[in-house]
Amino acid sequence: MQIIESTTPILIVTVSLIGAILIALTGERNRNLREFLTILVAGIKFVLVFSMVELILKGSVITYTAFQITDKLSIAFKVDALGILFALTASFLWIITSFYSIGYMRGNNEKKQTRFYVCFAIALSATMGVAMSANLFTTFVFYEIITISTFPLVAHKGTPEALAGAKKYLTFLLATSIAFQLTAVIMTYNYAGTIDFSNKGILEGKASDSIITIMFILYMAGIAKAAMMPFHGWLPAAMVAPTPVSALLHAVAVVKTGVFVVVKVVLHIFGVDLLQRLGLGVALGYVASFTIIMASVVALTQDNLKRRLAYSTVGQLSYIVLGVSLLTTSGIAGSIMHITLHAFGKITLFFTAGAIYVVLHKTEVSQLAGIGRQMPFTMAAFTIGSLSMIGTPPLGGFISKWYILVGAVQAHELFFIVVLSISTILNACYFLPIVYSAFFKEPSHDNHHGGHHHNDHHDTCLEGKHIFLVAPLVLTAIGALTAFLFSGYLFDLVSIVLKGVR
Amino acid sequence: MIRHQLPAIIIVAPFIMAILTNLIGLWSRSACYYAALFTAGVSLFSSIGILDTVISTGKISYRLGGWEPPWGIEYLVDHLNAYMLVIVTLIAFLSILYSYRFAEKDMPARIPQFYSLMLLLLTGLIGMTITGDAFNLYVLIEITSIACYALIAKGDDKSPLASFNYLIIGTAGACLYLIGVGYLYILTGSLNMADLTNLLPKVYHTKALLAAFFFFIVGIAIKMAFFPLHGWLPNAYNHSPDSVSAFMAGTVTKVCAYVLIRVMFTIFQPQYSLSIVPILPLLGWLSVGAMLYGCILALAQRELKNIFSYLIIAEVGYIVVGISTATKIGFTGSVLHILNDAIMMACLFFTAGAIAYKTGAKTIDDVKGIHKKMPLTTAGFTVGAVSVVGVPPTCGFFSKWYLLLGTIHSGEYHYTAGLLLSSLLCAIVLYRVLQSMYSQNNEISTKNDEAPATMLFPIYVTVFAILIIGFISGNIISTVIDKTIPIGFR
Repeated sequence: MQIIESTTPILIVTVSLIGAILIALTGERNRNLREFLTILVAGIKFVLVFSMVELILKGSVITYTAFQITDKLSIAFKVDALGILFALTASFLWIITSFYSIGYMRGNNEKKQTRFYVCFAIALSATMGVAMSANLFTTFVFYEIITISTFPLVAHKGTPEALAGAKKYLTFLLATSIAFQLTAVIMTYNYAGTIDFSNKGILEGKASDSIITIMFILYMAGIAKAAMMPFHGWLPAAMVAPTPVSALLHAVAVVKTGVFVVVKVVLHIFGVDLLQRLGLGVALGYVASFTIIMASVVALTQDNLKRRLAYSTVGQLSYIVLGVSLLTTSGIAGSIMHITLHAFGKITLFFTAGAIYVVLHKTEVSQLAGIGRQMPFTMAAFTIGSLSMIGTPPLGGFISKWYILVGAVQAHELFFIVVLSISTILNACYFLPIVYSAFFKEPSHDNHHGGHHHNDHHDTCLEGKHIFLVAPLVLTAIGALTAFLFSGYLFDLVSIVLKGVR
Repeated sequence: MIRHQLPAIIIVAPFIMAILTNLIGLWSRSACYYAALFTAGVSLFSSIGILDTVISTGKISYRLGGWEPPWGIEYLVDHLNAYMLVIVTLIAFLSILYSYRFAEKDMPARIPQFYSLMLLLLTGLIGMTITGDAFNLYVLIEITSIACYALIAKGDDKSPLASFNYLIIGTAGACLYLIGVGYLYILTGSLNMADLTNLLPKVYHTKALLAAFFFFIVGIAIKMAFFPLHGWLPNAYNHSPDSVSAFMAGTVTKVCAYVLIRVMFTIFQPQYSLSIVPILPLLGWLSVGAMLYGCILALAQRELKNIFSYLIIAEVGYIVVGISTATKIGFTGSVLHILNDAIMMACLFFTAGAIAYKTGAKTIDDVKGIHKKMPLTTAGFTVGAVSVVGVPPTCGFFSKWYLLLGTIHSGEYHYTAGLLLSSLLCAIVLYRVLQSMYSQNNEISTKNDEAPATMLFPIYVTVFAILIIGFISGNIISTVIDKTIPIGFR
């Protein structure tokens, strides 16, 4: 394995910080320039991330130490296959989300748009920081920056509900990370003498089994961004945010940061062998299974579309945790691929929810009857997104679910196979009725809130004026489709990760 | 040559100017401000010079008036003193800069006396930090306290009572310290700290020394507002004038914490405080009490300065808990936290003062929607608050990191739990303030009406320090703090 020293990682982190400053300086006076800057920065960031892919595929690792605080404590970056996969996903989807944000924020006449774009850019910087971090300390610092920088985004509307939601968001994320995650990190530092990620884990033989078990529990409780029950409450609460935030941050960047850190901790701090010996993987698998089933059941009962999607996310995140907890090659592979593949499907679904809100001012599932005629592209994308969630071929979600299932078989854990099957059925139960009623039911006139639309508009397509809203969601839907065909490239990266840990 | 005289200049300059401002005031009142600012600047530069000398050449010993110790007064400057001197003079300089508009507004007729007292307070604090003589330290504690009593009494209607309260309790504390000094003098015949370090081991077994030790600890604990002897602090700081509360909040308790370290680990050798009299577990439990009590009481307050005052009580607990782990890393955290806490508290009190100056707002409810009116001040406050909670990458996180590491390293997990719980409570306390500041309020005019530059500049110096100290903390630790760790710490 070749180690390459390069400044690219720090550039990736700083480019959107500089972007944030420029956006703040431009402000409301020149909206086009402000939004052009957002897209420019997103583009540069993606190109920079992409420029590292080739080296990573050759098996190299790119490192950079930004600040050496003490001899063992540093803000340092190490880009490996796992990190680049997450960084690529998040930075690519940021570009699409930037276009979508323009359509959404302008179409909705939202206030404080400058603050919105600034916080967004900072959050993405921090996400890249987590994706590329070389040690737990760096991870923790950026993890907290994500929490703080997304808080104004959740509280964006400034209404009492938005503030209450934002408070819950901050309470869950800050309290768990300070009380549990920080303790776990410091305990790791104390016992292992280092907090650098290493392929085989760093804790083997460094502490007694009971201490390691306690640390494992602290980590899993402390990484609340992975939304494992009972620490999932912040995610539905965060749905008060504008939809671009829900789409990119609460379906991709923030929550995937959570599961990404879980995967990192499992593979690179504890190590597969240690967890297998202590039987902690199976224990984690049971918690994830519980979350998967419960979240799907709760999702069935939600009438608010975004809240239903949020609970679906809670369940899908636990797929990733379940996959890695199996500690088998296929399980880990499925789990890592699900980080990317779920992202495309879920961001599509959130984009459609936002588009429906902007165009028709509808937020509840029960109001969606017949809207397929007004928004055909949107609802087609929704269909693709939900099929990907359910995991039907030929969509991305199928691939990762397949690998996780194979992983469960390899681990001889038939219980998890049952869990995944039940979850698939439940997913179908809460997504397909929406698709059915949108396309095949007659619009119900009672529930029609948009007073300015006349009845004869029910059959006309309303999407033409909202190209910035519709084009991104069509693109991500296509992404979810093509991900199935091109998952081979994805697997190249995943196999590098697997080579390291096994 | 002037470099050798810095330990004298740093204290003589503010002392002489404290007297001179009264005369300068007869000629021009505004000149007092510039004279005080200049003097604080001289002290700041001297302290940086001293720190630089100490880092490059090691301990400095300065004999005042050329008298040989143990009869004459010796100023002994090692890494810990030099570090404290920079903190004290920096906060003093910023506070005097900050006080310009307040002095003009609150006490136009008494500007010379005000700056005279400010400089006297600075003299006392510098003296406490720099002196190497136990009795001299007592004198300087009293100078500091008297300046504090007078300054506090210049505040609002309730301030005379608060000041009187502080005077009674503070005098008791100083007396206890003095009794301790008396015991030591009877036992050894010396008052010089370095001398005492060598003389005391012969009498370590005596009950008299044990009594003296406890007189010291209790006396200093009162002065540093260490739980449960903190009673004087909230009222005194809350009712003090806005111009001085930041100065006192940033320095007085911190310098007293320094005195505690000096007494426990210099006058008494570390082995006495560690093994002969096992006082550390007691201090540790009390500091857990301080951390929780301070934060819980802060939750119950409505006035901003009152909230911050209770947070100081908690922060004193943070400083002591690191010492009481008896680990190198915990002690590092404590010393680093002295710096961080001084800066953070100065930041919070500066912003609260600036808001009160512009709008008269003092309580959580008053500051509703203030971010529209004073965006820069509110942003500064936000950084300070985030740092008090201990969120990375602000400096508060880094000292908390070392403190937590120390508690885990020593195996005292109840300290760890206390620290974490108190961080969470802190988060709730400051969240309430921030929420109010950033909420919508239609009653307040949205016109941008920012604090004057003499206030914004000190606020942003502290903000900048909060953001930068964390990243250079490695340097601070390796060049300064590592050299201050007492022998015998694990």
